[in-house]
Amino acid sequence: MLKKVLIANRGEIACRVIRACRKLGIASVAVYSDADASAPHVRQADESVHIGPSRSAQSYLDTEKILAAARATGADAVHPGYGFLSENAAFAAAVAGAGLTWVGPAPESIRDMGDKQNARELAIRAGVPVVPGSPRLSADDAQAWQAEAERIGFPLLVKAAAGGGGIGMRQVFESGQLAAAVQGTQSQAKSAFGCGDVFLEKFIPKARHVEVQVFGFGGRAVHVYERDCSLQRRFQKVIEEAPAPGIAPQTRQAMQRAATALAESVGYRGAGTVEFILDVASGDFYFLEMNTRIQVEHPVTEMITGLDLVAMQLQYAAGELHGMEQADISSHGHAIECRLYAENPEKLFMPSPGVLSRFDFSALDEGEARVETGYEQGGEITPFYDPMIAKVIVHGKDRSDAVARMLGALRKIRVEGPRTNLHFLEACLEHPGFAAQDVSTGFIAEHGAALLEATKRAAQAAA
Amino acid sequence: MAIVDVKTEITGNVWKILCKVGDEVSEDDPIMILESMKMEIPVVAVENGVLREILVKEEDTVTEGSVVARIEA
Repeated sequence: MLKKVLIANRGEIACRVIRACRKLGIASVAVYSDADASAPHVRQADESVHIGPSRSAQSYLDTEKILAAARATGADAVHPGYGFLSENAAFAAAVAGAGLTWVGPAPESIRDMGDKQNARELAIRAGVPVVPGSPRLSADDAQAWQAEAERIGFPLLVKAAAGGGGIGMRQVFESGQLAAAVQGTQSQAKSAFGCGDVFLEKFIPKARHVEVQVFGFGGRAVHVYERDCSLQRRFQKVIEEAPAPGIAPQTRQAMQRAATALAESVGYRGAGTVEFILDVASGDFYFLEMNTRIQVEHPVTEMITGLDLVAMQLQYAAGELHGMEQADISSHGHAIECRLYAENPEKLFMPSPGVLSRFDFSALDEGEARVETGYEQGGEITPFYDPMIAKVIVHGKDRSDAVARMLGALRKIRVEGPRTNLHFLEACLEHPGFAAQDVSTGFIAEHGAALLEATKRAAQAAA
Repeated sequence: MAIVDVKTEITGNVWKILCKVGDEVSEDDPIMILESMKMEIPVVAVENGVLREILVKEEDTVTEGSVVARIEA
């Protein structure tokens, strides 16, 4: 039994964990920076500790200050939320080393999955498909890269072996373009990194982001269905739904099996998410990464299964939850989550901090939508943290019912002060492509102009 | 010779100042980088000229639309 949990986080997820603690009769300790002194999570917790200046590096990312706060309040466990220190293996080990219960997977699991190359190898070993790719190749060894290209197939990407991003990356659609692309990548990589080695990777022109929620019990793991998180801007998720729409039953089951196989193969403990990229054209899916924490979008999974994933994390950490049977987990209806961001859709989603002169969800009927937020009217959104200011989650009997409910809920929300993506969210949900389940990670970029027009119309309708 | 204001388009914190007073700058050269909500956003020179004033220092908070530097164009 846990007695007192310190939440090493802020905003909506801190509030969410505090709520789960209260439900289980566990006391909660909030930590806060200068910028968050009057934030709701501080008031909602049973106790709170100031841990430093507004900059995350000197507060929410400072292991020593967080451990000191736990000692000072007599907390016996730490829940990291998401972001900040949640996937920091050294922090997890430090928490355990201080004699506290870490509400999360073993530090080794965090470390193993945090290293992308290592995670890919673990996936291969567990029989989970990964994006077909070549080992590191010398650009001078034409025979080697030609053979690899034939094995992988076209279209493919030529990437620099050094570096982490897209520097030097080239798309190749047929074999005639390969030699020039390899040479181009080589020379760019050489000048950027001092090493001209390349590797080849299958290119998926139209992809969906589908992820499977898992819960591991050491050797055994269950899946808690999947989520589609394809709607993204700047690689950040905007709208998520569960279950993932329009996927063949055998593909869905194969993804669920792959996710639990990976979790079981590493003896994973607690809540985790296995992310896949789904090739829309072929229906094939490939392992992307495993997130070793609770996810922002966990509520859609809770809405379709009736489970409380955060409470399960706490109960499992306390040794009170020993296992679950897959047959006991079932899915009902359809859930959608919209992330409300303080940003300007008309200006490339640039951040828009400011004082929330109006932040009003009061027109929502009881049970119409679940709202998760760490802000309140009159509060200030500072530039120091993430731009997400609320999550709105609805549950419907099917997808079109959920979409209708979400649109109804969004139209009742009023936010004034910072610019937000509120009306942009409406525009996405109303887009014919969304209704037709024609979603992909390129959706927002591809329909950008039409979505902005619809955003303006929605804003006028709300005025 | 005209003095031109360089304004920030967003509210954020000054992360790094890349130029100093007296530097020659060309249009679109980054003068400083702001940090806001986990994004780094450059403030760029609006015209070719000489940087005459920098009105902020690193770690300052700036609000959208405020003048952060002046260029003699």
